[in-house]
Amino acid sequence: MRMLNLLKISFKAIVLNKVRALLTMLGVIIGVASVIAMLAIGEGSKQSIKAQISSMGSNMITIRPNAERQGGVRLSRSEMQSLTLDDFELIQSEALLLTNVSPQVSGNGQVIYGSDNWPSNIYGVNPEYLAIRVWEVQHGSMFTDAEVKSASKVAVIGQTVQENLFTNGENPVGSMIRFNNIPFKVTGVLEEKGENTFGQDQDDVVLAPYTTVQKRILATDYLQSITASAISEEQSEQAVEEITALMNKSHEIQEGATADFEIRSMEELISTFSSTGELLTLLLVAIASISLLIGGIGIMNIMYVSVKERTREIGLRLAVGAKNNDILMQFLIEAILISVTGGSIGVLLGVSATFFIEKILSWPTSVTGYSIVISFAVCAITGIFFGWYPARKAASLDPIEAMRYE
Amino acid sequence: MKEKAIHVARLKRSFKMGEDTVHALNGVSFGIEKGEFVTIMGSSGSGKSTLLNLIGCLDSPTSGTYKIDGVPVKDLDRNQLAQIRNEKIGFIFQSYNLLPRTTALENVELPLLYNNAIGVEERRKRALAALEKVSLSDRLHHTPSQLSGGQQQRVAIARSLVNDPVVILADEATGNLDTKTSYEIMSLFQELNKQGKTIVFVTHEPDIASFSGRTIVLRDGKIIRDEQNANVRIAKDDLRTIPKQG
Repeated sequence: MRMLNLLKISFKAIVLNKVRALLTMLGVIIGVASVIAMLAIGEGSKQSIKAQISSMGSNMITIRPNAERQGGVRLSRSEMQSLTLDDFELIQSEALLLTNVSPQVSGNGQVIYGSDNWPSNIYGVNPEYLAIRVWEVQHGSMFTDAEVKSASKVAVIGQTVQENLFTNGENPVGSMIRFNNIPFKVTGVLEEKGENTFGQDQDDVVLAPYTTVQKRILATDYLQSITASAISEEQSEQAVEEITALMNKSHEIQEGATADFEIRSMEELISTFSSTGELLTLLLVAIASISLLIGGIGIMNIMYVSVKERTREIGLRLAVGAKNNDILMQFLIEAILISVTGGSIGVLLGVSATFFIEKILSWPTSVTGYSIVISFAVCAITGIFFGWYPARKAASLDPIEAMRYE
Repeated sequence: MKEKAIHVARLKRSFKMGEDTVHALNGVSFGIEKGEFVTIMGSSGSGKSTLLNLIGCLDSPTSGTYKIDGVPVKDLDRNQLAQIRNEKIGFIFQSYNLLPRTTALENVELPLLYNNAIGVEERRKRALAALEKVSLSDRLHHTPSQLSGGQQQRVAIARSLVNDPVVILADEATGNLDTKTSYEIMSLFQELNKQGKTIVFVTHEPDIASFSGRTIVLRDGKIIRDEQNANVRIAKDDLRTIPKQG
């Protein structure tokens, strides 16, 4: 009952001073709106980086040969011959934390179809590769394990290759293309994947059985890398450890010695990018928090003036029986109402600003629930904190002197 | 025995002004029965304001006893005094002290806002009744700036009535009003007194004092005269003798 009355009194005081209350709120409004917009931008960029990395397969693990010196000369990774099919078979049969494993060899050259040609890359893989990369065939189908075993000259092509070779809109499935003069039968077209985080066009690719690429194009029996997927993103670190143990054993790597292979998981990449994103978010929030603090000081300022201005009113209220706490609460509630109303308007403004940033600047954004809750809580606390001092001052006035105040 | 509305004995109040101690009230004793209409008179500095603050529980005496409605108030703290003011005293001030931009009805409701025992409906009912008593039922939703001085003071009187106090304390209640309006206000006070209200009226105008039943005169913090008025004037009758203005 008493609380409700006080709420009414405070509400009335604000309504009677609409413009002043609004101006007071402005600091909080801008503060909250910027906190929410900044967090949304930070969170949005973090998520878009994460999504891009995930589209490459967030539980992907890559095993590559480690560059070694041979007679003082450092060799490039692709020339290393330390990764073999034996390694692939070992990992495929022994590693328990992996779902899919694919060997990988690659080369580049000219793809030709009819009178069109296009420079592209050929990746020699097995059918599991698509599952690892979270990729689907859009038209036709992936080549089969049997075709891998028999080193058949079949291939699936990426969207970029299709666009540049089949310029008249023919159906690529079933047609014959040539890669470095080796004919391949196209069995499928991959769905579009776009650029990766580093701006590389992932659709500019031809996938063929690794056996075929090894024999017909590269003429090697080594692997450039082995790609695998862990059971889950969380377990990829353990999977890396498991593979490392297996490989160390089979490659007879002494403890402490440099291994002739290197294992990387996407998890590491994600955490690197995330920490950069988090730092950025933190910086943005710090700036926004300062404006919220200034908003709070604005409230204190106005409340202080308001108490001075209403000294006679406070005196009268005390004379007709208001207790110290009644006056304290009245001004505290007023401060909280101002800050919370300002906070609500700020939330609305922040969310709509975020919306327009996304629409007009096409920046990735994501308004998180916690950012709204936090900035709202901060508002209420700001109100209490900065409203306390003026309210305390009002409550401790002497009624006789307050009523005489001019 | 019936409780006295107000009972003060050897009441002293002194203030420290730097090195000196000023005895604003220097041993005052009197009692006011329920239903009395008493004027407290005195020139400025006589201690009448100090006495009014003490009776109004806005201040605490340095020594002596004070009972209102039988309740001793000497050792009460700030909040307990506030409650006594809320339940037992109705204040009327020289400058009305109404809340600006607030309707007459809401102004009258104000003391009841601080009384937990009274709900919304009861509050509204009592405020309407109080405004009825001061004949302002047609001005419920007017704000002070839309009312004349006399009407504002009547709102203030309604506010002092709304908590059904033991005593109504009026501090120079007619000080800001012209003679005719003053007489109207005094007439209203006499009416309320007739209905059984105890009224303590502080003034320095002997003319106004002659409307009350008893006059207490203070000088230098002491009572120099305390007597029943032999010839109480009736404000309503005197109003007729004032020529109509304009």
